Amino acid sequence: MSVLVDEDTRVVVQGITGGEGRFHTEQMLEYGTNVVAGAVPGKGGQEVAGVPVYDTVQGAVREEDADASVVFVPPAFAADAAFEALDADGLDLVVTITEGIPTQDMSRVYRKLEETDTHLVGPNCPGIITPGEAKLGILPGNIFASGNVGVVSRSGTLTYQVVDNLTQRGIGQTTAIGIGGDPIIGTDFIDALELFEADPETHAVVMCGEIGGEDEEEAARYIGEHMDTPVAGFIAGRTAPPGKRMGHAGAIVSGSGTGTAESKITALENNGVPVGDTPEAVADHIEDLL
Amino acid sequence: MRLHEYQAKEVFAAAGIPTPDSQLAGTVEAAVEAAESIGYPVAIKAQVHVGGRGKAGGIKLADSKAEAREAADAILGMDLKGYRVERVLVEEAVDFVDELYVGVTMDRGRGRPVAMVSTRGGVNIEDVAAEEPDAIAREHVDPAFGMHPFQARKAVYEAGVDRDVAGEVASILRTLYQLWDERDGSDVEINPLMVTSAESGDGERGVIAADAVFNVDEDALFRQPELAEMEEEAGSGDELEAKADEYGFDYVRLSGNVGIIGNGAGLVMTTLDLVDYYGGEPANFLDVGGGAKAQRIANALDMVFSDDNVDSVVFNIFGGITRGDEVASGINQALEEFDEIPKEVVVRLAGTNAEEGMEILNEELVTVEYTLEDAVKRAVEYAQEVQAQ
Repeated sequence: MSVLVDEDTRVVVQGITGGEGRFHTEQMLEYGTNVVAGAVPGKGGQEVAGVPVYDTVQGAVREEDADASVVFVPPAFAADAAFEALDADGLDLVVTITEGIPTQDMSRVYRKLEETDTHLVGPNCPGIITPGEAKLGILPGNIFASGNVGVVSRSGTLTYQVVDNLTQRGIGQTTAIGIGGDPIIGTDFIDALELFEADPETHAVVMCGEIGGEDEEEAARYIGEHMDTPVAGFIAGRTAPPGKRMGHAGAIVSGSGTGTAESKITALENNGVPVGDTPEAVADHIEDLL
Repeated sequence: MRLHEYQAKEVFAAAGIPTPDSQLAGTVEAAVEAAESIGYPVAIKAQVHVGGRGKAGGIKLADSKAEAREAADAILGMDLKGYRVERVLVEEAVDFVDELYVGVTMDRGRGRPVAMVSTRGGVNIEDVAAEEPDAIAREHVDPAFGMHPFQARKAVYEAGVDRDVAGEVASILRTLYQLWDERDGSDVEINPLMVTSAESGDGERGVIAADAVFNVDEDALFRQPELAEMEEEAGSGDELEAKADEYGFDYVRLSGNVGIIGNGAGLVMTTLDLVDYYGGEPANFLDVGGGAKAQRIANALDMVFSDDNVDSVVFNIFGGITRGDEVASGINQALEEFDEIPKEVVVRLAGTNAEEGMEILNEELVTVEYTLEDAVKRAVEYAQEVQAQ
């Protein structure tokens, strides 16, 4: 079992003819992902890595039965691409990799999202992987292994670090979801935790948060009230000064001190979630919980 | 990206929001001249991106030419929480009876904008929010519709703004929302929005924006050329941060002595945290981003070496798109340029082509470590050794 994606997921890549889109389509195919189509306005009829390209997402859905999309479209056009994916009949999942989408654009996408049942993951995220079955995004497939730990994280390379620590110990993953480092994202911690809680194969979950916002605090309450599956946590940004954006648009401690690592760690620990001081310590906690 | 007060006021005034008469000055002479033409009393205000300017001595009132000269002389060139004051805004001091707050920001938790009004202006609104949350009227705006006129009125009346100025405040709030929306604002606020006395007007009270905050979404600057130009004009005030902008790095300068270079915001933050955890002090946050090639790696080293506070450097790369062998040859190339490498460099590579990278690394130039924890510990030790000398 897995969540959101598996070997049957039929993927359309939006922006497949661009440099990033092309490169990662090849990587996804090599991993075994069922990439069935690309969608780029004006490029219909072409092929990229043997994958047929359509002018519209709707065309890709109609002709190739795509049910999930990955967006590799530059920031200025990425919100429009997300709207197009949400508008197409039949997509259950939209994964937006693009970094740097204006926040107000995402606010409008989020508004649209509230009217649909589609899962939107990202933006500014590495994507989703179900090891051995499919990856939608840019995650390096070779560090993952199939197993029974779910992973959800706001950060790409930090996810790789934590997953690598798990895999090195022989602990595999059901699915890893990078939810993204922007202030407004589609699938949040609680959405991802709900999916893992409902998945019988997921025996424990790693949750990697970071400074900024209050999603981790809300997730901590959700875990305390609704989850039987054990969770271990990690929070990045303990040393971040207030008022400075630490790389991610969403990673900022406000001037008045909301969004601090301390507040998130306390909330998690108060809800029975052990928090590692180091990535290695997170793997220790997971080993204990399994 | 944050506009200076004088820039934000230009934007507000152009949109029809009343602002006090003011002039920007870069020298004491120009400031005195401005004060003379505006008429006393005036406020002389440091134009730097620092909160709590008033308490830190960055805002002074002047009632005469002599006082204006004294105030401008004290403020221009002063160091305000690490920023040198290059310019002051000389402004008509408004005779006020009340201080309000109006603002628009993004409520990231709900994914939509929120307009706020309070009669507790003149103090940090986040403190008001923490101590007296009911003193702020909040109105969430549906981005599909924009702000309805009634929402502005509702926020103003719910906040308890006096009836004689309520209409004007509601109109300012609508303008503020419009500016926020059209100019890709992140936080836009007027604090205080002063209520002027009836005597100073024509027997009627009015409102005027005595301060102005306009923070712009950096990710939207590509479609806000006018604001991007203002950012350039304003400058960041920190030499190293300006250099980082030039190189296109996400960089934040901190006060410690262990330099940090990594890829990916979360992992770089984690590296900072580990430096602290193992008893060191991080000197900076530097994210080289995904897929960094040799030149970018060299630029990153140049950045960190340029910081005099740095005593040692830890390089932590987890390759996804970024390839370990390319990073390794970038590090070699950059370090081979030096006759003597200025600081100890510890490198840890993992992920894509990490093993190839470790083989390439010249161990005469760098210390190679195999885990994140060991690399950080080693860099902290090096920094401590330098300090002990």
